[in-house]
Amino acid sequence: MTRQDTTHWSDEGTMTGDTLAARSPEASIKRMMADWSSDQRVFKQVPWGKAMMWAFILSDIFIFGCFLIAYMTVRITSTEPWPNAAEVFALQVGGEYVPLLLIAIMTFVLISSSGTMALAVKYGYERNRLATTLLLLLTSLLGASFVGMQAFEWTKLIEDGVRPWANPWGAAQFGATFFMITGFHGAHVSFGVLFLIIMTVKVARGSLDKERPGFLTGRKGNYEMVESLGLYWHFVDLVWVFIFAFFYLW
Amino acid sequence: MGEREYDASYQAPPAETGEMELVHAETFIGKYIWSQDAKVIAIQYMLTATAIGLVALALSIVMRLQLGFPDTFSLIDPAEYLQSVSMHGMIMVVYLLTAFFLGGFGNYLIPLMCGTRDMVFPYLNMLSFWFYLVSVLILAAGFFVPGGSTGAGWTLYPPQSISEGTPGVDGGIITMLVSLMVFIAGFTMGGLNYVVTVLQARTRGMTLMRLPLTIWGIFMATVMALLAFPALFVACLMLLFDRLLGTSFFMPEMLGVTQDVAREGGSPVLFQHLFWFFGHPEVYIVALPAFGIVSDLIATHARKNIFGYRMMVWALILIGVLSFVVWAHHMFVSGMNPYFGFLFATTTLIIAVPTAIKVYNWVLTLWRGNIRFTLPMLFAIGFLFTFLNGGLSGLFLGNVTVDVPLSDTYFVVGHFHMVMAVAPILVIFGAIYHWYPKITGRMLNVPLGQIHFWVTFLGTYLIYYPMHFIGLEGVPRRYYAYGETTFISDSVQSLNAFITIAAIVVALAQLLFLFNIVWSYYRGREAGDNPWHATTLEWQTAETPPPHGNFGKELPVVYRWPYDYCVPGVKADFIPQNVPPQAVERDS
Repeated sequence: MTRQDTTHWSDEGTMTGDTLAARSPEASIKRMMADWSSDQRVFKQVPWGKAMMWAFILSDIFIFGCFLIAYMTVRITSTEPWPNAAEVFALQVGGEYVPLLLIAIMTFVLISSSGTMALAVKYGYERNRLATTLLLLLTSLLGASFVGMQAFEWTKLIEDGVRPWANPWGAAQFGATFFMITGFHGAHVSFGVLFLIIMTVKVARGSLDKERPGFLTGRKGNYEMVESLGLYWHFVDLVWVFIFAFFYLW
Repeated sequence: MGEREYDASYQAPPAETGEMELVHAETFIGKYIWSQDAKVIAIQYMLTATAIGLVALALSIVMRLQLGFPDTFSLIDPAEYLQSVSMHGMIMVVYLLTAFFLGGFGNYLIPLMCGTRDMVFPYLNMLSFWFYLVSVLILAAGFFVPGGSTGAGWTLYPPQSISEGTPGVDGGIITMLVSLMVFIAGFTMGGLNYVVTVLQARTRGMTLMRLPLTIWGIFMATVMALLAFPALFVACLMLLFDRLLGTSFFMPEMLGVTQDVAREGGSPVLFQHLFWFFGHPEVYIVALPAFGIVSDLIATHARKNIFGYRMMVWALILIGVLSFVVWAHHMFVSGMNPYFGFLFATTTLIIAVPTAIKVYNWVLTLWRGNIRFTLPMLFAIGFLFTFLNGGLSGLFLGNVTVDVPLSDTYFVVGHFHMVMAVAPILVIFGAIYHWYPKITGRMLNVPLGQIHFWVTFLGTYLIYYPMHFIGLEGVPRRYYAYGETTFISDSVQSLNAFITIAAIVVALAQLLFLFNIVWSYYRGREAGDNPWHATTLEWQTAETPPPHGNFGKELPVVYRWPYDYCVPGVKADFIPQNVPPQAVERDS
């Protein structure tokens, strides 16, 4: 695999007339046609790991899509009233019920972690080992705190009497869909944190600079792996936005 | 088509990527058990799929004995009959056909035909097989859990699949659902590999429009599988929660009227939508690789270029896309909105257009070709007939008004066994006869193969043709015995006995095939590198069978499309893909 071409970072600042012309729709379509009809690779400059991550994300979109559509169907066909999200997800702060407080913090934390991840990718390509390590560590900490807050939320709901098969306020499917979908998303975040920690160790030890073979696969390490992991992480964050909208705002 | 001109001054562009890192195993276990070589993984897939497929074959014989001679044999009771139906269906569709085409031929042929040394991520590829093996073991464990395997039918419709009274509700349904989820996880690992290998790791000169149609078929099927299996995964998880956690995603309010259950408010039709959003593309996941392979078999053994290559590729793509918007034609009687029926009937009939294009192109490829009736060719022609007949009865079932009275009758059983069970199986046989010489270095025995083909092909018609008539009489499927039913005439019973005898003969012929496989491995005629004089890259390897890494020191460079057969003005009747224009010997 060839190294990712990193010059596009500097391209952004100095956009000349030529590059503007190269970005016109006609030129883009021509380039796309050329890529698809060329030999060896459709996506030029895209390493295998990154292409595979995109394919995986496409497949995973269908999983979450099916989950959310199933949730909407169940919610519409349910014969019982649906619990009111503003009341169910409220936190008691100083005697006052504040709706969606915890979930706002959780969302903020997760979206912030996307920012730190993007920075980690940038510093990775600049071969800044220290900054990459710290940012990956920070991302994994933010992710872990998200999972922790989710665990707290689940505990609180379970104490309130929400179960997969019943809850005190209405349709039983509320608990079922909520635990299933946020649980499935939480599992995605948890695996992401696990991979982030592994990647942090790899970067900190310099495994990527020295292209040391991986523990299981025996493939050489490189900084494109950080970007692939970043794709996964951004995807998990994006899914959260939809879950947030459909469960907490509807 | 006239002569295809190639620019003699053409030079393939330089390699864009460096050599692939391969883990060369030294030990026996590393080479053949925990192997990272796609070819070994392919054979592991094929053997596992064959093993579990034989179980499904045995189940079908048990069912046929019951149906053909209900008073003579008492091998199974009604519950076991339903369990046999369910396991037979699920094994054949998912664990045999899908695994054999994508896991088997996909792994073997993609790296060889694209001119790469291996899949892009060999370790993940290895994991894919082991997940598959575990899923097969979990599935087989269903036979031994208390209460036996599930008897809900292969569609696993709730609420009956998880309600008291359905066989296997204790353990069988759980093993089935868990096994499917493991299968999907395993398949995803393999599928990502196939997609990225085809898109990103082809050899120099191999453009997408120079890929053999086999690879196009497998590639499109893999893309579809990656997008369709998620729906099944979600459906399985929700059904598992309904069974284990007491949720009621699919348990309707109505259930409380007749049974004392605490669950209500779910939507059984939701499961059907999710299931068939997977289930219909699944039909084409099995069919598209068969389409691709049969195109190559016909072109190679008729010594003629495939007719309308571009049209064939676009038809594959169009079928793949359309197959995602036809799923509810399986649900015309489910109680969904009738307007849906109209919409889905329309899309269903539209999909017949690209399919018909493919059939015409196969026939036009054969037209005035130099046809050699080799074993692969026989099976390819057998596929054409079987697929055409099965497809035509599909036009009946695609129309709502015709489908409603035929729903759940033997007409449906006859239809889908012709079009998606036997037709792809014939292609699998043809493909094995075609590529066995490359896999083992020896030819399969021809007389044995001839017997195998004629018994299987004619037997198919003896088994499934009568089923259409039984179905038209309104005989419902999935019944253990019909007893004294007034509307079922006596001739139905005699036809059933006839079908059973034909089925047993066909099943025995498959044992002959297995014997041929084993016998030829030791005693078969030496094949050489390219016994069929084929053009694609897998026949141009330096060694047969190809070693780990497939090709020698240098990867092949591709100069032409894969169908240069009988090119006018050229001495040989075929030009391999890796022969440069300058090196072609022409008639002087």
